[in-house]
This record gives sequence, C-alpha cells and structure tokens, in this order.
Amino acid sequence: MSEQILFKVTIDNITIEVPAGTTVLQAARLIGGQVAPPAMCFYSKLEGSGGKCRTCLVEVSKGSEKDPRPMPKLVVSCRTTVMDGMEVKNITSEKVLDARAGVVEFLLLNHPLDCPICDQAGECHLQDLSFDHGKAETRYEFQRRTFKKHDLGKNIQLHMTRCILCYRCVYTADQLTNKRVHGILDRGDHAEIATHIEKSLDNEFIGNVIDVCPVGALTDKTFRFKNRVWFLKPMDAHRDCPTCSGRVTLWNRGDEVYRVTARKDQWGEIEDTPEGQPGWICNTCRFDKKEAADWIIEGPREISRQSVIAQGHYAGQIGTTKPTEIFAAVNDGRTPHLLMDIHDESEVNLPNVHLGKIQGPSNGDTFNTNNTHKA
Amino acid sequence: MTYTFNETQMAELNRLVAHYPEGKQKSALLPALHLAQESFDGWLPTELMDYVASLLHIEPIEVYEVASFYSMFNLKPVGKFIFEVCQTGPCMISGSDDIIAYIQQQLTIKPGETTKDGVFTLKLVECLGACGYAPMMQVGKVFREHLTKEKVDSIIAEYRATVTK
Amino acid sequence: MGVKLLIDKANVPGIRTYEVYRREGGYRSVEKALKEMNPESIVEEVKKSGLRGRGGAGFPTGMKWSFIAKPEGVPRHLVCNADESEPGTFKDRYLMEFLPHLLLEGLIVSSFALGANDTYIYIRGEYAWITDILEEAINEAKANGWLGKNILGTGFECNIYVHRGAGAYICGEETALIESLEGKRGNPRIKPPFPAIKGVWQRPTVVNNVETLAAIVPIINMGGEEYAKIGIGRSTGTKLISACGNINKPGVYEIDMTISVEEFIYSDEYCGGIKGGKQLKACIPGGSSVPILPANLLLKTATGETRYMNYESLSDGGFATGSMLGSGGFIVLDEDQCIVKNTLTLARFYRHESCGQCSPCREGTGWMEKILHKIEHGHGTLADIDLLWDIQRKIEGNTICPLGDAAAWPVAAAIRHFRDEFEWHINNPDLSQTSNFGLQHYADPIHVPA
Repeated sequence: MSEQILFKVTIDNITIEVPAGTTVLQAARLIGGQVAPPAMCFYSKLEGSGGKCRTCLVEVSKGSEKDPRPMPKLVVSCRTTVMDGMEVKNITSEKVLDARAGVVEFLLLNHPLDCPICDQAGECHLQDLSFDHGKAETRYEFQRRTFKKHDLGKNIQLHMTRCILCYRCVYTADQLTNKRVHGILDRGDHAEIATHIEKSLDNEFIGNVIDVCPVGALTDKTFRFKNRVWFLKPMDAHRDCPTCSGRVTLWNRGDEVYRVTARKDQWGEIEDTPEGQPGWICNTCRFDKKEAADWIIEGPREISRQSVIAQGHYAGQIGTTKPTEIFAAVNDGRTPHLLMDIHDESEVNLPNVHLGKIQGPSNGDTFNTNNTHKA
Repeated sequence: MTYTFNETQMAELNRLVAHYPEGKQKSALLPALHLAQESFDGWLPTELMDYVASLLHIEPIEVYEVASFYSMFNLKPVGKFIFEVCQTGPCMISGSDDIIAYIQQQLTIKPGETTKDGVFTLKLVECLGACGYAPMMQVGKVFREHLTKEKVDSIIAEYRATVTK
Repeated sequence: MGVKLLIDKANVPGIRTYEVYRREGGYRSVEKALKEMNPESIVEEVKKSGLRGRGGAGFPTGMKWSFIAKPEGVPRHLVCNADESEPGTFKDRYLMEFLPHLLLEGLIVSSFALGANDTYIYIRGEYAWITDILEEAINEAKANGWLGKNILGTGFECNIYVHRGAGAYICGEETALIESLEGKRGNPRIKPPFPAIKGVWQRPTVVNNVETLAAIVPIINMGGEEYAKIGIGRSTGTKLISACGNINKPGVYEIDMTISVEEFIYSDEYCGGIKGGKQLKACIPGGSSVPILPANLLLKTATGETRYMNYESLSDGGFATGSMLGSGGFIVLDEDQCIVKNTLTLARFYRHESCGQCSPCREGTGWMEKILHKIEHGHGTLADIDLLWDIQRKIEGNTICPLGDAAAWPVAAAIRHFRDEFEWHINNPDLSQTSNFGLQHYADPIHVPA
C-alpha cells in the first residue's frame, strides 16, 4: 500500500495538509469560512468546469518550498493545484479583493438585477457574491444586453438575460446525458446558451441543469412563481427510484410539496450519495413527484450558506443602514421644489380628505361619503 | 430542403477528414463547413449544418456552436458577392471610413444588408491582415487592396458583369 | 543593406515553385539536419541561436522545444501558427505567399527535431488563396521526396497538412488554436496543462509562429552561433517587420535588430518617411496590442537614448515610457490622426474578438468600447477617462488568456500618453467632431534630467 503524499499549504496564514493533486480552492474549502474563495463556474462534480468566472482568483505569494518565487499573476484557485510549502493569500490580499470586486462588477454589468421577480432570489450565488464583494452602485450607464425567454421543454425555462456563462449546464448535459442538444452559441459579449432551433431538453437527467445553474437563468417551470424559497421549509426525503438515488430535498409549505431539488452541500454543490456517487436526481423525482405521500421524510435540512434562506446571514456582516432623508443628497443639496399641490387640481383628493386618516382600506364608498363637493 | 454533396465534394471532404487521426474526424469541422458553405448558397442553413454533423458523426449542437463562433460562417442568407471591408485601426487611419461610406452610397445598402437584386452584401469586418495594403476588402477568396473610389466603382462593375452575363 | 536571411529570395522569379526554390539552394537544411544531425543537436543549435518566438511573446524557441513531453507510444505534433490576425501584422502572409517552400523546409526540420510525424499549418480562414499556394507546395515537396515516408532514406516520416480557420483572432492564442484544430470553438484552455504536455488531441504539442519556423532554415544552414552573431544582445537574427499606416512605403521588411527606429521610419530602404511630408505623431511598434508611443518617446527612450528596433530597446522604460517589439506589426500615425478614434477602433476589434469565456474580457472589452464611443462622439465626461483606466486595470492579468491584456494595454497607453487629447475631446464636444487635436507637443523633445 502506497502512502498518500501530503502537501503543506498555507492559505491566509492558516496551514493545512492536503493530498497532492488537491486544488487551492478545495484546500481553502477544507479550512472553510471566509478563507474559501467564491466560485461561480467551478463545480467539483463536473469535469472540466472552472477557470472562467475569475471570482476565485487568489495570490500565490510563495510557489512552493522548492521554488519559493511568487506567481506573477493572480491565479484561479479552482484550477491551480497546491505545491508543498505553497503560500496563498485570499482575503488577506488587497490585490485579490480589488480584482474580485472588478469581477463582480463585470458579472453584474449586463445582469438585469431583477431579483424581486426572479425565482432564484434567496438562493442565488450571484446575490451572495454581490453582497459579499460588490458595490451598491454600478458605474455602467449603457443599455444592458437582453435576450428573449426561452422554453427548453415543458419543465425548464431559460432566461438567458440572467446567465453569467459559467458553462456548468453544458458540462452537465455532456456528462450526464448521451446527447447534448444545448450549448454556447455565438461569441464574446453576445454569446448565449441556446439550442439554435427550438428543441426541448428531454433527457431523464437534464433537470439537473437547474440545480447547477448559479443564477436564475435555468429555472424549474413546475415551481416558477409558485412561492419564494425563503417561505418554504426544506426537508430531506427519499423514495425508491428505479432511475436515480431518489435522495432529494423537498421544499414544503405545510404538507404541500412545492419543489424537489437534489441535496446540496454548503458550497451549493450536489451532495454525494452514501455510495460516494454524485447525487444527481432524475426528472421524475424532480418534476413529477409533488405529493408528500410520494416521499419518506427524513427530517429538516439545514441550509448553511445561502443568503436569504439562512435568515440573518448578512446582518452581522454588512450591518444595517438606517433609512435617512435622501432628497437633499440626490438633489445636490437643493430641497425639492413643489411643482403643484395635488389638492389644487384633484377633484378626488380634496383638502379635507386625508387618505392616511381613512380607517381601513379605502374604496369608492369612502370617497362618496366624504366627498361633499361631489355630493 | 435537404443537402447532399456531389461526388467531387464528397471526395474533397474525405481528403480533409484524412488529415486527422482516426476517430478525430471532428477536427475536420471547420474545413467541412467551409466546403459546405462554398458548395451551396454561401451560407449555412440549419439543415446544411445538420448534414455536416451527420457526415462527421457529431451532434448537431456541436456544429451550431462552432459555426456561430467563427465570423466567416454566415448563418443568414447573403448576396452572391460579399464585400467584407476592414475597419480596424490601420485601415481606419488609411481612410477605410470613406471607402465604407462610398460603397454604402453606391450600393444603397447599409452594413449587414444585401442589395435587392441579391448580388451584393456589405459586411464590416475586423483586421484581415492586409494592413500595409489598406484600405482593403475581401470578396470571396481574394483581397482587393489599396482601395480608392474609382477602384470600388470598377470592382462593383466587374462583379455585376459576371451576373448579368 | 542589412543581412537578409528569410526574404532575400522573395523576388526571384518563380521562387514559389519547387524547381526554382531548390535551384536557389532550398531544402539544404533538411539534408543537413536529417543526415548529419539528430533531434537533440538540432534543439541545441536552436538554443544557441537565441531565436525567440516571432509571434509576439518572444519566448526562446529552443527552450520551448525542450519542454515537449516524450511519453512512450504517444504521437507528438508540431503546429505552425499561421493565424496571423494581430492588426498591423501581415509578415507571415508575405512569407507564405512568396516563399511557401521556405516554411515547409523549416517545418520538416522542426518536425524532425521534435519527433513529430504529422504537422499542421493552422492558417487564418481569410488567407484562402494562400491555403491553395501551400497545398500546391506540399504536393510538390511530396512528389520530390521531401515529405511522406522515409525522407532521404532516413526512415523519418513527415506529413504536413493545412488547416484553415474561419475568422477568429483568438485562435492565434496557442491553446485556442489547438481547440480550433480539434474542430471546436476557439476558447483558450486553462493552463496548466500546457500544450507541451497535453496539446492537440491530448498529445504533446509545440505551436510556433510561421516566421519562427522559417528562421530554423538559416539557423541550421549557418549554425546557431553564427545566427546569434547577427543582431544585438538577446535580439538575435533577423526580424520581419510589417510596416503600415501613414508612411510612404508600407510593406514587409527584414531587419537585423541593430537599426534605430528613426532609421526604420525615415530611411528610403524601409518606410521612406511619413506620407505627404507630414509629421510623425505616434506609433504602435509591435502589433495593435502593444502600447502606443508618442513620437518623442518612440525615437528616443525616456533617458534620451536612441531607440532601436529590437526586443530590449523597444521595451526600455517598461510600459511607463516604452512598448514592445511584439509581432513586428509597425503602425505609424501621422499628425492628422486622432488617438481617441484609433483607440476606439482597436477596442471595437478586441470586443469583437473576445471569445466570451471569462467575465473580465467578455464584459470589460464591450464596456471600454462603449465609453470610447461616447468620448469620440462628444458625449464623454472627464470621469470617463478614469473609469476607462480602472476597467483596463481590472481586465489586465485577470483573464484566462492574453487577449485580456491585449485589449487593456492599448487603452492604458493611449490614456497614459495622450490624456490631453481625451480631455480635449471631452471639453470640446463640438470641435472634436469637425477638427482634430493634431500633433500638439507629442513630438517635442523630452527633457532628460542630467
């Protein structure tokens, strides 16, 4: 039996030993917490993924014990393997934080920021990333790129406008199905995920593209607009499925099953089954088994990372800002100039009718009884 | 519409595929798409791309991905002759703007459009590697260089003549 | 007249054909290499020659060759990068168009040195007629026993194939080129693994520029040491410079790297001075990606030394006051040219050519183009200049491949050296639409502190 070779790596001044071949990102995740760089495109269960979004850039301040020279550029931690004696700076590097803020800005440049109407809100990795590393304002003043919504079959909706081109769904289709029908078309800033001709994705495992999508570009049509994820209670459950492991997370309200997803770990990736296989789930489990009776409930699932689902996650970190009077600020110090008093013009809002003082919801009757002028 | 290569075209495809190791016939995709585009109407309809996919034993999406990546493949119908005028730095400082404006005026089309008779398409492209011979444009396989208004006139006349014959 | 090793025969009538090329002494290096040398000694000669990659990066060729992995039973490949797409560069086109056999000769020797039997020329799709020229030359070489099985009875087999691209600047990047050669989108690969370990079809691969491979021929013929005597310092041998823009004699010139920039621009042997007797305003000396320099920093370095046409001298002063030899695409701008507009067309080029794989390049190049468009058309603000600077800074060094840097550098250099002109555009929105900022102080001598 050969002994496993262990490499010592120091990330943000914390040293651990990991097997040779481990990536910097995996090592950092073993340390956990803030030391783990964010990753929008890398997905450990998908071969070939990573390197594209550039959010996991880190500084290698010492290459290895043998060759201590620092690496000249920031490197992607998801695709850089550790060397013995390597020293890495993530959040302790100003350069990294600066570059990461830049990447977040780039990723959000053409993103619609339609979180209020997006089903992914509350469990969106881009939302997390923006909270952690983004700025409150954008410096982009041009029209954002948009695409038409696209149905990929009866269960999956593609909202390309939100896509950050992580390629995860392409790798998923390549590696989980035997015939990929969607891919990346065009290039540069108009590249898009598409099928070229209207086609539905109907492989039995294609539903997993929804789980790997870090944003709201691929969503579950059987769940769209049905509920907000933070109102739902995630429960681990399983069933005897002939196609997949049948191990899922149910998203319930009361006894009602709103949504079925694969089980995800703290990094948002699909958990392994007890047999050590990635726990991808089939379309039947995901889209068709929406009765509580279909499932054997194991117990509540703890969601450890996601923004809104894990309530209060951000309160301690970014603090809360008290609302203040902003008129003066946005008007360069000028007080608002009253163009007209609505009471002078409106027949409805007469001076003696104060909407705020009407008890309960106001309706036509309220006005009829109070509106002496009309009566 | 269905597409089929004739014997000569098929022989050419086989020659191209033979350039690559066995089982790596996907490598012939770019040359095969060139061949397909030249063999039919100068552009790549979906059916033609599907045909190429079947010849190389790959999935249609692999062809769409590639065809849409490279600027020389036309995914929409084009005119018989495409004037691909370079507009990048070295051509720009040598007066390509005037040439582009002149062609637009002569053909009464805007960049990306095709003349009503279907003869000419005007396309603005980025650097074609003829910077020392600027301003220039590519028409089919050849480069037309050191363009002047007079030269543009004669080039238009030259291609128009091949159609009216 | 300087030494000419590559294109001295380009004007011999019929040199494109095998017969004339052979009569003029062609294919001697193949005889020498295959009969008198072995792969190791060829690599050694190339190392001694000091030859540096002529595609732009200037990496020592001999060293690159020595990195190639040699696993048992796995074929290796040499790929010739003829995807010449860097604006301002058209030297490889000239070489292939007029001297196709010179390239083949270099390819055969190099394939032998690397132990590669199947060698590919990846040529940009727009060079369609050159594809025909090369294929014709390959047929001739094959018919005369220089290609195929058992060349010169040595048992060495070499086949050369031409693979035509289809319009993508990014395929000049070696891993994107490899992807494209495999029939895929030209998305650069994430390195490591490097092509020398896992290249085309996961086999060890070396990718070299056309001019680099052509230079192998004189190196073998004259010996690495002799070759290294030409030129100066680490800029050995000769370099093809493709000169364009507002000069009297645009074209491809072979120089030994000891001549000054001033001589190159003004002597009748080379560019023949600025067209129409105008004044030199600026120059991009090594292809559009390298920093643009104003006339005063181009002809002399910041310390007042004469600037020469070589790797070291052109980069003297770093990016603050220097540039790069790059691919040898020499773009000259006269006093009437607008730096903002020139930068805009380059930014548009890089936006158009970004593969879209990684976010800083995909989003950043388009953003820069939009801001430059705004400034050029008289709608910019002074804050836009700082914003542009910040965007290019956040792209540079943070992308998968060098296209990010290539897109950032021209913008950075334009702002660094021509900020006045940007400000003039912004402060005179009406004027900037009808007139030009002109030469201003850009040719004034720079005060050198004693």
